Amino acid sequence: MKKGDLLVFFIFIFLIGLLPVLSGSTYTMTVGIFSGINALVAIGLCILMGYAGQVSLGQAGFYGIGAYVSAFLSLHFGLPVVVSLIFAMIVGAIAAVILAVPALRLKGHYLAVATLGFGEIIYIILNEWGPGGPSGFGDIPHFSLLGHTITSTTGYFYLIWCLVAGVMLFSLNLIHSRSGRALRAIHDSELASNAMGLDVVVLKIKVFILSAVYASLAGGLYAHYITFISPSSFSLFYSILVLMMVIVGGITNLWGAIIGAVVITVLPELLRRFEEFDVLVYGLILTLSLMFFRKGLVPILVEKIKKLKGLAVVKH
Amino acid sequence: MLNIKGIWKSFGGLMALRHINFDVKEGDIKALIGPNGAGKTTLLNIISGIYQPDKGEVSFLGKNISNLPSTKIARKGISRTFQHVELFGNMTVLENIMVGRYVKTKAGFFSSGLKMPYVMKEEKEIQRKSEEILEYINLTQRKNELASNLPIGEQRILEIGRALATEPRLLLLDEPAAGLNIRETRNLGEIIKKIREELKITIVLVEHDMDLVMRISDWITVLNFGEIIAEGTPLEVQKNPEVIVAYLGDEEEIQRGYNAHT
Ligand SMILES: Nc1ncnc2c1ncn2[C@@H]1O[C@H](COP(=O)(O)OP(=O)(O)OP(=O)(O)O)[C@@H](O)[C@H]1O
Ligand SMILES: [Mg+2]
Repeated sequence: MKKGDLLVFFIFIFLIGLLPVLSGSTYTMTVGIFSGINALVAIGLCILMGYAGQVSLGQAGFYGIGAYVSAFLSLHFGLPVVVSLIFAMIVGAIAAVILAVPALRLKGHYLAVATLGFGEIIYIILNEWGPGGPSGFGDIPHFSLLGHTITSTTGYFYLIWCLVAGVMLFSLNLIHSRSGRALRAIHDSELASNAMGLDVVVLKIKVFILSAVYASLAGGLYAHYITFISPSSFSLFYSILVLMMVIVGGITNLWGAIIGAVVITVLPELLRRFEEFDVLVYGLILTLSLMFFRKGLVPILVEKIKKLKGLAVVKH
Repeated sequence: MLNIKGIWKSFGGLMALRHINFDVKEGDIKALIGPNGAGKTTLLNIISGIYQPDKGEVSFLGKNISNLPSTKIARKGISRTFQHVELFGNMTVLENIMVGRYVKTKAGFFSSGLKMPYVMKEEKEIQRKSEEILEYINLTQRKNELASNLPIGEQRILEIGRALATEPRLLLLDEPAAGLNIRETRNLGEIIKKIREELKITIVLVEHDMDLVMRISDWITVLNFGEIIAEGTPLEVQKNPEVIVAYLGDEEEIQRGYNAHT
């Protein structure tokens, strides 16, 4: 991890600790929890798209797989939630391999359509054959670890944001490593990557698996927090929502995924006061932000800071 | 070290290479020249596994590599540069070299994410070695710039550095002097010679700059319309009438190369 990242990471941890103290209302915590769950999915998509240059419009599929597998295993087989979550991630990873092996031969729009199709297939499967069909099922056990069951919103807030922090740490380490550089290399030139001996296909499959594991973990956490799930939470709309988070935050920066997730999750809440016009205002804000901050919020912020630093150096 | 026997390659109806035999001896700088469209790049692409030959065999260090994909060939010790520069444009100069170290290192996704001790050690080693290579090709002062921001001359040198980072036995250079001025070309010539002398890397050089070719190569093969029309030392090739005909209009160029050499 670079020095800048380390500083930001500490600020980030500090903020997580601080928020419940400043405003521990159930409402704030709930919005916080959803932001965190979405952030997990967005971080995965950010590595996949922003770093490795592969498109996915099917993240909702992995998110749904995670939710259903973990919920089902813990409810019907009485598996401890931690174990069912691990199973959820494994099944998500297997689904990613099944999707990636044929789909990764495709590029750009074709890959986008293939992943979109995958998401839709999962959605249809959950509707047709998922427990409870379109209306889903409830009574999903809460998260528990070593005999402690989490039921409070503040508890979930800490749990989920600790996991976001862990996933973020792992991801930052990864992108600044040999494998992370290889992913960015593939993004820039597959021809040169091959000529440098990079196993392009394997790397692509691995990064797909990574994004799927993050999304399945998020799905599982969602299920145990909310205790009731139905297919409608895992439709194409969610895939697009995650895509928006990554783009608004800035696809070339991992922190952008978190910022984007928070912005896209919080924004509709702030727009409630516009009542029936909220969707309109929401759309307007997104369109304008994409027009004026095309690179995304975080990369633009980084540029500004660099400029300020540059000025400071010049003045000396 | 490299033996090519009876290679044929066509694109649709176009016969790009006909029955090519081409051998490279360990330690040589072997130039491959010929007019535009002669098939030089196609031959490099076949050696490095980007294309598969229609017929014929490529063997490297005694092993048949004709049907291996380019990533495997790179791992066997053949590295290359591209006629149209193929750097990782959004990565820094140093990072480009570091990607070159990929084949010599091991850290995977999981161990990197967890920052296991051996990964940290390996990463330091990648960094050290890459900086050493930057020093070797004189690009240290550019280390943190984006590769795509470099002038073309430095981009071509960086591509050579990235190839060196894989520690190849054989280095294929496709028109490394294209777009370079006289001073840069001379510097390039020095670097290529240094690579052969100090690093003991065998080199195949595709190049239009006859000055450079005549000055640094031990052997020259001349390709025209997909066929080899001449082979020999720089002096022999320059005197070959067939070569002069093939280069009609480029006679001056040949003459200039000849003067430079004698
Ligand atoms: N991928 C391809 N598809 C179709 N035709 C090709 C392809 N690659 C090369 N060719 C054709 O094969 C012939 C040889 O091309 P090649 O690029 O090998 O020539 P070259 O000797 O490198 O020329 P130059 O000096 O211009 O780089 C040309 O006629 C070219 O148009
Ligand atoms: Mg060429």
